[in-house]
Formats: sequence, C-alpha cells, structure tokens
Amino acid sequence: MNRVVRFHETIDDTDGIASPQLDTAHGPILYLEDVTVSFDGFRALNVLSLYIDDGELRCIIGPNGAGKTTMMDVITGKTRPDAGTVFFGQTIDLLQMDEPSIAQAGIGRKFQKPSVFEQLNVFENLELAMHTDKRVWSTLFARLKPFEKEGIEEVLEIVGLTGQRQDRAGSLSHGQKQWLEIGMLLMQKPKLLLVDEPVAGMTHQETERTAELLLSLAGKHSVVVVEHDMAFVRSIARKVTVLHEGSVLTEGSMDEVQNHPRVIEVYLGA
Amino acid sequence: MDIANLLAQDRVGKLFLMVLALMAIAISALNLLVPDSSAMHLSTFTVTVVGKYLTYALLALAVDLVWGYCGILSLGHGAFFALGGYAMGIYMMRQIGDRGVYGNALLPDFMVFLNWKELPWYWQGFDQFWFASLMVVLVPGILACLFGWLAFRSRVTGVYLSIITQALTYALMLAFFRNEMGFGGNNGLTDFKEILGYNLQKDGTRVTIFLLTALLLGLGYIASRFVVESKMGRVVTAIRDAESRTRFIGYKVEHFKLWVFVFSAVLAGIAGALYVPQVGIINPSEFSPLNSLELVIWVAVGGRGTLYGAVLGAILVNYAKTVFTGILPEVWLFALGGLFVSVTLFMPDGLVGMARKLASVRGLGLKLNQRSKL
Repeated sequence: MNRVVRFHETIDDTDGIASPQLDTAHGPILYLEDVTVSFDGFRALNVLSLYIDDGELRCIIGPNGAGKTTMMDVITGKTRPDAGTVFFGQTIDLLQMDEPSIAQAGIGRKFQKPSVFEQLNVFENLELAMHTDKRVWSTLFARLKPFEKEGIEEVLEIVGLTGQRQDRAGSLSHGQKQWLEIGMLLMQKPKLLLVDEPVAGMTHQETERTAELLLSLAGKHSVVVVEHDMAFVRSIARKVTVLHEGSVLTEGSMDEVQNHPRVIEVYLGA
Repeated sequence: MDIANLLAQDRVGKLFLMVLALMAIAISALNLLVPDSSAMHLSTFTVTVVGKYLTYALLALAVDLVWGYCGILSLGHGAFFALGGYAMGIYMMRQIGDRGVYGNALLPDFMVFLNWKELPWYWQGFDQFWFASLMVVLVPGILACLFGWLAFRSRVTGVYLSIITQALTYALMLAFFRNEMGFGGNNGLTDFKEILGYNLQKDGTRVTIFLLTALLLGLGYIASRFVVESKMGRVVTAIRDAESRTRFIGYKVEHFKLWVFVFSAVLAGIAGALYVPQVGIINPSEFSPLNSLELVIWVAVGGRGTLYGAVLGAILVNYAKTVFTGILPEVWLFALGGLFVSVTLFMPDGLVGMARKLASVRGLGLKLNQRSKL
C-alpha cells in the first residue's frame, strides 16, 4: 500500500513529549495478572489474567456483568484493583499511575456512551485530545503548529466530520459523536486503544466504516474492542476473549469460541 | 496570541474596554477640571463610589473565571478579596506613624490600646509599599494554592466544594474578629492617612486610585480573556462539562483547577487592595459568608462564562444596592434573594444570555461572543 503516512499513524518516542519508555520486546504490550476487583463483596474481576500482544486486534465479549468495563477501568486508572498487577509493556506499572499519566503514556480509551465535550466545537474537541505536552503552562501558551493543524484536518477527514468542524459537538447526531470520539482517540496517537462498544447506535454503513478503520489501525497500534454486536466482532476479530464472572472463560478464533461448550452454555446458547 | 488579535475576536470586550477608558477619563475630568460651583462637577464621593464598583467588577471577573469557565462554584471568594484588602490596610496603618491618637510611631492605636509592646512579626515589612503589594498577591495566592491543592487533590467537587469554601471564609471571619490575631479585631483597620505619602483625603489621590482601579480592571479583563481564549480555556471548559473525560485524554485536572483557582484568588486580592484605600476601612465583615454569596449573584445576573457579563452584573447589582439601601434598607436582602431566584429561573444565562437570545431572535446576526475562529 502506497500512501502518505498520516498523523495518527506516526508513533514515536522522539517527539520530546514526556512519557515513560514503552518496552514491548517480549511481545505483549499489556499484562494483566491475577487482577481482582470487588465492590461490596461482589467480585467484578476475579483473578483475571490477560495478555494483549503488540499490534494485536483483540475482541472481548461476555455477558452483562462479566467485568468488561471494570477491566477497562482498571487499565485506565479509574478503578484500583484489590490485588494483581497491571503492566504496560515490560516496565510501566499502571497501578502506580493516575488517569492522565496513563493516557499520556499511550493508552487511549473510547467510552461506551459517546462522551465528547459538548460545548466545544468539533475542531476544538480534536485539538484537546491531540498528543502533545499537556502540562498547565504549556497548555496556556500553546499555539497550533502547522503540522498539528494538518493532523487535525486528516483526522477530520478520516472520521468524516470535515464539514462539521465548526459545529458544537453537542449538536452532532449520535453516530457522529461516536465518530468524533474515535477521532479524539486517533489524535491521542495511543499505542494501545481500548474501545468500548464502538458501533452501538451506528447505522449499517457506519458500522462497516468503523470495522475498516479498526482493522487499518491494527498492526501499528494494539486495539482492544469490547462489543456486543456479534456480526461486528466476527467481521474484525482475529482473536476473541470471552469473559465470564470476572475471569477469562476461553480465548481463540471466533469459530473456536462459538463452538466452545461452556461459552454456548453461559452466553451464546443461553 | 497578541493583544490586538485577542481583542479583534472579542467585540463586546473591546466595547467594554473603550467604555471603561472613556468613563474613567470623563469622571476624572469632571471632578478635577470642572469647578465645584458648576452643575457638571462630579463630587469626589461619586468618584470613589464608582471606583468601589470597579473593584467589585474585578472581583466578579475573578469569580466568573472559576465558576463560569471552570465550574468551581466558590462561595468563599470574598476571603481572598478581604485578605488583599488587609494587606493594603496594614501598609496604610503603618503609614500613619505617630499621627495616631496615642502617638506611637511604631504601633497602631489598637495595639497600644491592647497594651502590646512590640509589632507582631507578620506586621514587619509592611511599611514598604512594594512589600505590601507583593503580599496583596501572595497571601491570597498561597492560601488558594494550599486550599485548592487539598480540595482538588481529594477530588472534592460540586456542592461539597462550595460548602468548604464557605467554611473557609467563615473561619477567617471568626479568626479576624479576635483581637489576639492582631488585625484590629472587630473594628478592623481604619483611619488611614496616606498612601505612598499622598494624602488619602485629597481629590488628586482619590482620582489617581480611581484611575488605577479602572486600569487594573482593564488589564484584569485582558488577562482573563487571554486565559479563556487560550487552549487552557478550552481545557478548563472541558473540565467543567466532563471532568473525568478530560482526565482520560491526559490532562491533570487538579493542576488546571488549581491554576485557575489561584489566578482568580490573586485577581480578587488585587481588587481588595484597591477597595480598601477607597472605602477607608477593612474589617472582618468583609469575610462574611453573605458577601461571598453576593458575588455569585452579581455574576449570575450579568451572565456567567462571558467575563463582561460579570463586570456588568457587579456594577448593576451594586448600583441597585446603593439606591435600594438608601430608600428601603430593610428590603434589600429580600430583593437580592428574589433577584437570584428569578435569574436562576428565568434568565439562566443572565443579562448577556438574554441579550444574545434577543439578538438571535431578531436575526440581526449580532454575534456577541465571537468564538475564536481558526
């Protein structure tokens, strides 16, 4: 494929923006080991262990309450586990970091419910998400550099919102908000993308475009998708992890998983 | 972003600054150049009253930054205003020297009265204007920094934060009421004579302080506009609307809130320092929770999140207060409460919001708030 390298596809650690060095020499980019989270005695995650390889596109499925969102909360620093370890690459201990530091280290998250900054316009939403020095004083005196502006333009085009750049994000349709949020994720240039139900509320065409986009991201980025839409999962998944009651039930290709007797019992066939 | 560029996008702001400059010059001229006998002459009293309103406007600007843009409803901003005022008050107390009732060259009258033998350590240095000016900025700034750091780090938000800011100003009020604190207790600091050697009763001095207030209000407006139009302004708006989301895209929300809170407290302190020489007294009632609540009403009436709305609200409500407390003093608090309720119910975006709505209804295409275009 012969095309120009785009803003969101360039990931390098030589851009002068302070973030810990990511070491994926051993393969996995994300290690979750024996992670347990309880809420009032209910074990949302129960000794969960999961590894995501560098450049992998992984789908995570599971019935409601299986712990999918809690797992994302643990990775992004929103929830502290009671036990277990979470490492980003070989060296970055995510349990020692707060949400902004984890985001700046290269983990981007798209929420289940589209959450954009409604009072700001589309362009400004992308500008805020942009991978750059996000400390207070740098932000106060920040001016958009030409390459950054181009980066935003590119992402606007990818997510199909070029015409809406000056519109308030709050005035967008549900599907457009989803796309704007995906755009914000791209602007962050994350090494690992956590995507929670990306196609909820999208039309058929929009879903197809989302699938294409996620597939094109895999390789350079690692992508973890949590989704209920089985057709969508089938269309993008190479490897599927099934969560059940806070731990991994099974892992494998979509066909293997769908024919697994326990999976049929707890989830698909029930 | 240079200033010309900044104001080019802010038409109402430009208008406000022009009106402010013209008014400041006109009022000064009518006081100093027009003879007393002329009907056109403006009394020094009027100049001082307008000057007082302008310090309130600067204070309202500070409240609008934290509340209107960052969503931190501070019900204790009067504390920062009062601390700035006390810093300037202490300087002016020390300027009195041996002209006090007791004629003590070092100790203010109230300390002599309390039988104190020497100046407390925290009164040292305040004989220097530069030191006092530094304290006007530092004392509110440091208090806001400590308080904000503790509150924001613990992620205290919303109504809980409002309550502890109210507690902060209340605690300070009780503390400053105590004679042992060394700030004049109940009576506060008053009977000022001079500032930088200029007689405070002279018209020239009063008009100079008035002009300085107008200048600092203008500069405060430009600085605040710079902040809200910068990328930081957008981050802060993002925090107001979706705090946790802002964290997840990599901004340390606590740092941003703290920065805005401290900046705002410093503005409030400067406003207080300009207020005290014009009204001639500072006492613990400036810390009263009611004062801080009033500020919020000014901003709500004018229209929060616009900056000029805060200025407008502060001036209008205080003008109304001056008029009403003259005619029917006992009704004022009810009127103020009624005003707040009706603004909340019928004009949630204040006067500026209503003006914008009218403008867009009429289809005049009058864009009151020109957002930064690329």
